[in-house]
Amino acid sequence: MTDLELPASVGAIRRIREDPHRLGHRAHGPREPIVGAGHGETGPAHKRIIVGYGFWIFLLSDIIIFACFFAAFAVQRGSTAGGPSIGEIVDTRRVAWQTAALLLSSYTCSLSFAATNLRDVLRTQIFLLLTGLLGLAFVVMEALEFLELANQGFTPQRSGMLTAFFGLVGCHGLHVTVGGLWLATMMAQVQVKGFRREIIHRLMCFNLFWHALDIVWIGIFTIVYLMATVA
Amino acid sequence: MFGKLSLSAIPLSEPIPLITSFVVILIALGVLILITVKGWWPYLWHDWITSVDHKRIGVMYCLLGVLMLIRGFADAIMMRTQQAIAIDAPGYLPPEHYNQIFTAHGTIMILFGAMPLVLGFMNFLVPLQLGVRDVAFPTFNSVGFWLTASGALLVNVSLFVGEFARTGWLPYPPLSETTYTPGVGVDYYLWAVQISGVGTLITGINIVTTVLKMRCRGMSYLRMPVFCWTALASCLLIVAVFPVLTATLAMLTLDRYLGFHYFTNTAGGNPMMFVNLVWAWGHPEVYILVLPAFGIFSEVFSTFSGKPLFGYRSMVAATLFICIVSLMVWLHHFFTMGAGAAVNTFFGISSSIIAVGTGVKIYNWIFTMYGGRVRFETPMLWSMGFLFTFTIGGLTGVLLAVPPADFMTHNSMFLVAHFHNVIIGGVVFAVFAGLEFWFPKAFGFRLHEGWGKAAFWCAFIGFWVTFAPLYVLGLLGMTRRLQHINIPEWAPWLYVSVAGVGILILGVIAQVVQLVVSIRDREKLRDVTGDPWDGRSLEWATPSPAPFFNFAVMPNVEGEEAYWGIKLRAVETQQLAEEPKYEPIEMPVHSPVGIFTAFFTSVFGFAMIWYIWWLAGVALVAAFAEFVVFAWRDVHEYEVPAEEVARVDRARRAAREALLDRLSRQGALP
Ligand code: HEM
Ligand SMILES: [Cu+2]
Repeated sequence: MTDLELPASVGAIRRIREDPHRLGHRAHGPREPIVGAGHGETGPAHKRIIVGYGFWIFLLSDIIIFACFFAAFAVQRGSTAGGPSIGEIVDTRRVAWQTAALLLSSYTCSLSFAATNLRDVLRTQIFLLLTGLLGLAFVVMEALEFLELANQGFTPQRSGMLTAFFGLVGCHGLHVTVGGLWLATMMAQVQVKGFRREIIHRLMCFNLFWHALDIVWIGIFTIVYLMATVA
Repeated sequence: MFGKLSLSAIPLSEPIPLITSFVVILIALGVLILITVKGWWPYLWHDWITSVDHKRIGVMYCLLGVLMLIRGFADAIMMRTQQAIAIDAPGYLPPEHYNQIFTAHGTIMILFGAMPLVLGFMNFLVPLQLGVRDVAFPTFNSVGFWLTASGALLVNVSLFVGEFARTGWLPYPPLSETTYTPGVGVDYYLWAVQISGVGTLITGINIVTTVLKMRCRGMSYLRMPVFCWTALASCLLIVAVFPVLTATLAMLTLDRYLGFHYFTNTAGGNPMMFVNLVWAWGHPEVYILVLPAFGIFSEVFSTFSGKPLFGYRSMVAATLFICIVSLMVWLHHFFTMGAGAAVNTFFGISSSIIAVGTGVKIYNWIFTMYGGRVRFETPMLWSMGFLFTFTIGGLTGVLLAVPPADFMTHNSMFLVAHFHNVIIGGVVFAVFAGLEFWFPKAFGFRLHEGWGKAAFWCAFIGFWVTFAPLYVLGLLGMTRRLQHINIPEWAPWLYVSVAGVGILILGVIAQVVQLVVSIRDREKLRDVTGDPWDGRSLEWATPSPAPFFNFAVMPNVEGEEAYWGIKLRAVETQQLAEEPKYEPIEMPVHSPVGIFTAFFTSVFGFAMIWYIWWLAGVALVAAFAEFVVFAWRDVHEYEVPAEEVARVDRARRAAREALLDRLSRQGALP
C-alpha cells in the first residue's frame, strides 16, 4: 500500500512519527540532544525548525495584541453610557454558526496540511479552498452582524462598551480577512510552484496562524458572547 | 485630492523650522549629489541598501541611531537655552513650538536614537558571537531595519510639513484626542511609532530565534557571551511588550480617526487605560534599552581587565531576573494617579527589588576589575564612567520608587534628572563604549585613541554639569516641561545646566573629529590581526572587517569564552589549529524587499496622516503586490565557492601566524 491510498490523517501521523527532529519528544529522560533540533550543543537547527519557531514567537506576540483588546473589553464592558448593554446586542444563533464555520475551517485546514505532508496537490488545494470558503462565511456573518448593529445606531462611537466590542471582534475579523488573502496567495503558489521546501514551510506557518485565530475566537466567543447571555 | 494637506502646512512664518528644514534639505541634496557624481550608487545599492548581511544592517542601524541622536541633541540644546533665557521673559520659543520640541526630543531619543543603536549592536554581534553566519531571517531583518528608518523619516518630515505632537513623548489622552489636539501632530507620532514598532518587533523575533535555535556547535546556553544573554532578554521583552504598544497606539488611532471611545473622557472612554497600557510597554522598554547596554559593558570589563567576567552565572540570572521583574513595575510611573495605598505599595516594592538585580551586576563588574590587569583604553573609560553614573541614577530611581517620596518628585526636574542619569549613563555610554570597541570589527581600523578619550571626558563632565543641577531644581519644586520660568531663584542652576550643555557640545565635536581623524589615518590604525583588544569571544576570531560569511568553517566551541580557549591553545602549542577542509557556503541572496516595503509604508503613513485616503489605498495594494512578488522568487541562496572561502581564510590564518611569530620573537610566549 502506498502513502496515497492511506487516509490523509493516518499518513500525517506516520510522517510525524518519522519526523527526524522528534519535536516534543525530548522533554523527558536523559536522552542525547538531537542534531538539527537546535538544542544544547548540537549546532544550528534545521531551516524548518527555525521557521516554525520564529513563527510561533510571532504568534505569541500577536496573541498579546489580542490580550490588550481583551483587557480593554473587560475594562469597558460596563461603560455603556446609556446605550445598549452587551447582553442586548449579541445574537447567539448567528454566533453559533460563526463558531461552527471557524472551527470547521480549522479542521479542513489540518486536513489540507495532512495532504501537504503526503505531497498531494489536489487534496491540499481542495481543503485549502474549503478552509477559505468557511473563513469567508465567517467574515460575511460578522460583517452582517456589524451592519445590523450599525443600523440600530449601535456603532463604536456610541459608547465605550461598543468601542471595545467592535475593536476586539473587528481585530479578529481583520486577522481572518488577512489570513484569507494569505491563503489565496498560498493556493496560487502551490499550484504554480508545487511543494518546494519554502512553500511547505509557508503552509506550515499558515496552518499555525489559522489555528491561532481559532483559539482566539474561542476566547472571544466565551468572554464576549457567552458571558453576555449569562449576565 | 490631498486631504488636509495644503501649502499652509509648510511653516513659512516660523523661522526656526523653516531654516532648519532648508539646511537639512540642502545637506541631503548635497549628499545625494556627491553620491551620484562619485558614482557610488551601484555600490550603495548592492552592498548596503539591499544587503541582508546582519553586519551591514547592524551598521546601518547604528548610523541611523547616531543621526537621530544628533537631531535629538539639537532639540535638547534649544530646550536648555530656552529655559535659561525665559526667566521672567518669553524666551525665543513660543509655547506651541516648545511643546513640539520636548515631544520630538523624547520620541526621537528613545525610539529613533537609542533603539536603533541597541538593535544595531544586537544585529551586528549576536551571530558573530554565536559562531553562525547570519540571523534566523536575514531578509526580514532588512525589512525591520527599513521600517524603523521609515518611521524616523516620518518624524523628521513633520518638521517641514505640518507639525509634531505637543503631548509629550507618551501622548496621554484625553489631551491627545482630537477634541483637544485636532492637528496632524499626534498623527505623525502615531504612524511613525507604529511603523517603526513593527520593525522592532521583527528584529526581536529574529534575535530570539537566532539565540535559541542557531548557535554553533558546542555553544550551549551557559557558554554564550553575556551580551547574547542580554540581547535575548531584551528581545524577549520586545516580543512581549511591543505588541502592547501596537495595540495601544491602534486604539488611540481608532479614537482619533473613527471617533471610538477607548480613551476619551466622554461616553465611557477610559483615559487611565491608556496610561496603564502604555507603561506596560514603557517600563520594559527602558530595560530593552539598558539590558544590551549591560551586555556591552560586561564584554568590555572582562576584555580590558584581562579576566573572565566575574560571576558569569549570577550575571545571567540577574539578567533574566530583571527581564521578568521589569514586567511588574509599570505602575510606578503614575503613583499619583489614584491607585490607592495597597497597589502603590506593591509596585513600590517590586520597583525597588529590580535594583537588587542591577546591584548584583554592579558588584560583578567591580570584581571583574579587581585583581585584573586593567587597560584604560577608551571603551574602558566609558564603562567606568557608566559604573559611577548609573549607580547614582539607579539610587535616585529607588528614591522615586518610594510612593510617598514620589508624590513630591513626580513630574519634577528630579525625575528628568533620574531618567537621563540612567539612560545617558547607561545606554548612551554603552553605545560609545561599543562603537569604540567593535568599530575595527566593522571597518578594519581602530578609532583614534586621544580624541576618543577627549570625547569621553567632555561627555562625562558635561553630563554631570548638565544634570546634577536638575536634581536640585527638582527638589526646589521645579516641574518638568516648563516653557518659561517665573521664579528667579532657579536661575543659577539653569545657567549651570546650560553650561553643561556647552561641554557636551565639545564632546560631540570631539567624537566627530575622532571619526574624521581616524578615517584619515586609517592605514596607521589598521587592525591587521582581527583581534585588536585581546578579545575573548568568537567575533575576534574573524578577520577585521569580518567577511560577509563570518566564519569560513563553523566553529566548534569547547568551553566558556570560546575564542579565548582557541587563543590559549594556539599560544601553548605555538601554532594554529590545522587547516580545515574548506567547503562551499550557502548565503542568502540580497533583496530590495526591505527598502520597497519602507517606501510603501512611508507613503501609506504620510497619506494617513494627511487623510489622503486614495493614496493610502494605493500604497496598501502596492505593498501587497510587492509581498506577492517577493514570495514568488525562486532563488533564496547562492553558493560561495570553496576556493573563495579558502582564500579569505588563508589570509586570516597568515595574519594570525604573523601575530604568533611576533609574540614569540618578543618572548611573550611561554
Ligand atoms: C534602579 C532601578 C530603577 C528604578 C527603581 C526606577 C524608578 C523610576 C520611577 C519610580 C519613575 C517614575 C517617577 C515619576 O514619574 O514620578 C521612573 C521614571 C523613569 N525611568 Fe526609571 N527607574 C530605574 C531604572 C531606570 C532605567 C535603567 C531606565 C532607562 C534605561 C529608566 C528610565 C526611566 C524613564 C525614561 C522614566 C520617565 C519617563 C517619563 O515620565 O516620561 N529608569 N523611574
Ligand atoms: Cu519605570
